[in-house]
Amino acid sequence: MTETFACHKVSEGIIEGDILLSSDDLCFYLVDPKTGVVIEKNHSLEGQSIAGKILVFPSGKGSSVVQADGMYQLKMSGKGPKALIIKYPDTVLVASSIIMEMPVVDKVDEQFYQQVKNGDHVLLDATNGHLQIK
Amino acid sequence: MQLTEEELGMLDGKYGKGTQIAMKIQVALGDVFNAERMVPVSRTHVALSNQEADLWFVEKMVNAGAKCRVSPTVNPGFNLEYFQCITKISKKDEETILRTRKAYKDVGATLTFDCTPYLEKNVPRFGEITAYSESSATPFINSVYGARTNRESAQSALCAAITGRTPLYGFLLDENRKGQVLVDVKAKIKDDFDYQLLGYAVPKKLKFKTPVFVNVPTSPSPAALMNLGAQLNTAGNVPMYHIVGVTPEARTVEDAFQGSDPENVITITEEDLEKVHDEITDPGGKIDFALFGCPHFNIDQVAHVSHLVDQKQLKVKLFIMTSSLTKELAHRMGYLDTLQAAGGDIVDDTCMDQPCWEFLYGKKGVTDSPKCAYYTKRRNMQFVIRNVDECIEAAMRGEI
Repeated sequence: MTETFACHKVSEGIIEGDILLSSDDLCFYLVDPKTGVVIEKNHSLEGQSIAGKILVFPSGKGSSVVQADGMYQLKMSGKGPKALIIKYPDTVLVASSIIMEMPVVDKVDEQFYQQVKNGDHVLLDATNGHLQIK
Repeated sequence: MQLTEEELGMLDGKYGKGTQIAMKIQVALGDVFNAERMVPVSRTHVALSNQEADLWFVEKMVNAGAKCRVSPTVNPGFNLEYFQCITKISKKDEETILRTRKAYKDVGATLTFDCTPYLEKNVPRFGEITAYSESSATPFINSVYGARTNRESAQSALCAAITGRTPLYGFLLDENRKGQVLVDVKAKIKDDFDYQLLGYAVPKKLKFKTPVFVNVPTSPSPAALMNLGAQLNTAGNVPMYHIVGVTPEARTVEDAFQGSDPENVITITEEDLEKVHDEITDPGGKIDFALFGCPHFNIDQVAHVSHLVDQKQLKVKLFIMTSSLTKELAHRMGYLDTLQAAGGDIVDDTCMDQPCWEFLYGKKGVTDSPKCAYYTKRRNMQFVIRNVDECIEAAMRGEI
């Protein structure tokens, strides 16, 4: 069964992929660009790869410099996430995403958060503001 | 978003391709945050990082013919000429830093290469609308001066410098500057270092809400305020804080909350600070170096270290990162000679998160800065985090 949820475009793009959930905020600089593995100590995704995932997390964090650098290196190595689903957009993450052409949405229906599980296959249409769990 | 005729002209390419790209990005940003319009900025600071994304974007803007309307000060990369004297710099790293310098000069930046422009050379007045990137800068601008900036990324700040505009949202608006959570500091705050731990501990408890501190000393040093902001904005995204009786938008508790009630009240105890300290520091042991100046040390901090090592000998190499102006002043004051005689040195125009430090990779050092330890995880550097005095003692013994 396919369910559709409304969301709000932060950075445009349409993409399909598998969900990876993070309860912690994320700094892309503390992800190994060669492997896509999170290296931040005590992070809920420590040791896991975010490569090719649609990443669900609350918010970006980290200095105004490194978020873009981290994201760019992951993009160049092809080990970055496919898209981001966030709760709290901040200028650094938003500007970095727009510049790197990474699809990002926020304001997703609360229903989505209650249903979504790791590994769910999702179609994300950031441009038109909707999201399907397949 | 409502744009003026001139802003529409920028968006249509009337002022060149570079300005057009910058305005497009800013309009997209404004849309995300529901900005009604753009406002002029009078100051900007770009957190140059001398890394791939940074160089890629600034060169892209230069190639598109962009020129800054409001010349930004910029963060440090590394001081190539200095490091070529003390270590081997790869051809690739040399080329990158030279390209970074050139691109920022060509785009019209003021090449200050320091991360504390708010202490010298780019100091705003109360209420001024600005665009600062750099995690220690945004809280200082907002909190200590009462000027206004969002937590810009290096790239969004560069766009603002190019267009001379920023979308009106977030911390530029009165209502978003009010305090949200009252932070009752039960821990005894003894020195500048305790502000580092306080800054690191708070986002863990209140997420990214704007904190209003009570019961901290009412005459914190500039370094203390710098440390507090840098760590709040490293452990979380907290670009503004209030300290009642200290910062200008918090003459009283009511003032800080703009008459509303706090959403929440939290306390920070001695145990909270100890816990955060244990969490972020690597264990003690033999050390190979001491590194200070993240953010860049000011002259008082340099003087303090200089007094501590006067007539003494360090067992390990000690570096203090600072601005070129502060280094010059330290030279004039004799601090540089004292430090060098003890086996230390002052490095200007340099950030810790740069490839010039490769000779310290895989080694263990001491620092007073959690931010320094946090970002160098990628460079395989280990840090024992202590206050400056303890760091210096350790550097004299070679272990901690």
